[in-house]
Amino acid sequence: MSDQSPGKNPTTLPITAQEPLLEVRNLRTEFDTHGGVLHAVDDVSFSVNPGEVLGVVGESGSGKSVTALSIMGLIARPGRVAGDQIVLAGHGDLTTKTAAEMRKTRGDVISMIFQQPMTSLNPVFRIGWQIAEALQLHRNMTRTEATAQAVELLARVGIASPRQRVREFPHQLSGGMRQRVMIAMAMACAPQLLLADEPTTALDVSIQAQIINLLEELQKRLGLTFLFISHDLSVVRHIADRVAVMYLGQIVELADNARFYAHPMHPYSMALLSALPVPDPHVARNRIILKGDLPSPANLPQGCRFQSRCPYVTAKCGQASEPPLEEVAPGHQVRCWNLADIHAKS
Amino acid sequence: MSKPTTEMAATETSPSEVVPPLRQSLIARLARNRLSLVGAFLVAVAGFMALSAPFLPLADPNAVNTADRLADIGSPGHLLGADELGRYILSRLFWRARITLAVSLAATAIAMTVGTIMGLVSGYLLGWADTVISRVVDVLMAFPFFLLALSEIAILGPGLLNGMPAVALVNVPFFARIVRGTTLTLRESDFVLAARGMGAGHSRILFRHILLNSVSTLIIATTLNIGWMITAAAALSLLGLGVQPPTSDWGTMLASGRQYLSAPPHTSLLPGLVIFFTVLGFNLLGDGLRDALDPRMREV
Repeated sequence: MSDQSPGKNPTTLPITAQEPLLEVRNLRTEFDTHGGVLHAVDDVSFSVNPGEVLGVVGESGSGKSVTALSIMGLIARPGRVAGDQIVLAGHGDLTTKTAAEMRKTRGDVISMIFQQPMTSLNPVFRIGWQIAEALQLHRNMTRTEATAQAVELLARVGIASPRQRVREFPHQLSGGMRQRVMIAMAMACAPQLLLADEPTTALDVSIQAQIINLLEELQKRLGLTFLFISHDLSVVRHIADRVAVMYLGQIVELADNARFYAHPMHPYSMALLSALPVPDPHVARNRIILKGDLPSPANLPQGCRFQSRCPYVTAKCGQASEPPLEEVAPGHQVRCWNLADIHAKS
Repeated sequence: MSKPTTEMAATETSPSEVVPPLRQSLIARLARNRLSLVGAFLVAVAGFMALSAPFLPLADPNAVNTADRLADIGSPGHLLGADELGRYILSRLFWRARITLAVSLAATAIAMTVGTIMGLVSGYLLGWADTVISRVVDVLMAFPFFLLALSEIAILGPGLLNGMPAVALVNVPFFARIVRGTTLTLRESDFVLAARGMGAGHSRILFRHILLNSVSTLIIATTLNIGWMITAAAALSLLGLGVQPPTSDWGTMLASGRQYLSAPPHTSLLPGLVIFFTVLGFNLLGDGLRDALDPRMREV
């Protein structure tokens, strides 16, 4: 995987130049509940190019984690993935793979860094054992080889005295160290695609910075491809090449980093970005305060999903059809009916 | 143990310090709890009695000495006296420990193995497998174990080997329920999701990640269960349905001494005390082991 040049260039759009590493087409993930079928992810399409970091932001329940779990094939009953395709370059459509094939893919070709480092490590195994497990599963290594490799991996994620640490249990490590161990586990088999599901949410702010820097450094050095899920817009701005904003299971805006943070188009993105504090006392913030409630995902309104909270809502928004995700500029997609009106005002 | 005694650092501390953790043996960790030491001692005594019987200069436990009938504790030649047939109680307690312990350990092992597998499978697979297993467990639980043991004995004839499988069977739900409960919680845990994300298959998740996380629960359940099994075996024998003469166990000793309680009570009292202390020992040991085996309770 290292022969591909990292396509990291925030000013130009990484379109058509390469075949995307991951292409998700019309992903739909549903959960059967007592109140009917709940669409946690509804018609989500995006692609991730090799060496790129795609940031996915959105509030709780917007379908970020479910998207990642769907790609991993980890959606369990009562949920199911009903999308068109999840194509991973060189591996075909993941949705058509059998459970056994997916098991071989997970942890080897795609791996995931989870949200909760405190509970994502098995408390009864030494951390070296847990890192070695991935290598034994996918690389047919012996325990000794795998443990030696685990020491190297721990050193690579910045853990001091890895030789001692491999012999420790998770409870002997701090949260930041555990997240480093999780990263080492995810990277053990040098996966092509890493899904990071809010890797810093559960950590202290100072530790968050360390982990973000570590991920960024690893990404640059090894040319990793990331799907980086977060609800922290500043973190995403720091690390992502492109940003996708999710709202109630749909992508409402997808643009490259510089463009998104300079000119957010969707009213929801505008509101989100207006909430970011600006570290400059002379800049007056024009915060857009969202009113209204988040509709229940089991009982969506007709028309645009954002209408109940949108400051620019018009009669058209309540129409029968949902606004499509339309390209407003190359590589910049927005899901809104009233873009012309909203952006003519400002 | 000559380890420097760093006091319990209960909180998550000092990730930067790279002092290699002091590896404490299980015994050292167990020793921190006095009561569990008492339990371990009592179990060790029972184990010693069972194992050493053939090697100690003990009188024949079955030899009848009519001259010594109901001899008192401390009478010359027999430290703990003799029973109604003049058989030496000390010698009998040692020899009979073997049968009592062997039978209850075997019955517990059967119950634990069957129950654990049932619990793991039903808690992990859920669906129809869970429904079937859980209903079977419910039926077994609703069954009074003595009734089952008695009916089995009624069919197969008296004898501990006929009664104990029934007792073991009725203890299966105890393990199945406990293991199912922990499995249900563990299968939803983050580390199981992480293991799946790493490509681990069902059997690896079930028999490594989940089973090994249930070990501490299983150990306390097992030690408690051995205690119950000893009482159950004794109870069957007390009713004359367990071990048949000429062999006997602690339960039959208790039973035969029962008729002479008014005269010298030690013929019943001594086997009763041995049973009591052994069961107590297993229970205390189980508690202590649970604490000692949990890596989270080890010193950081």
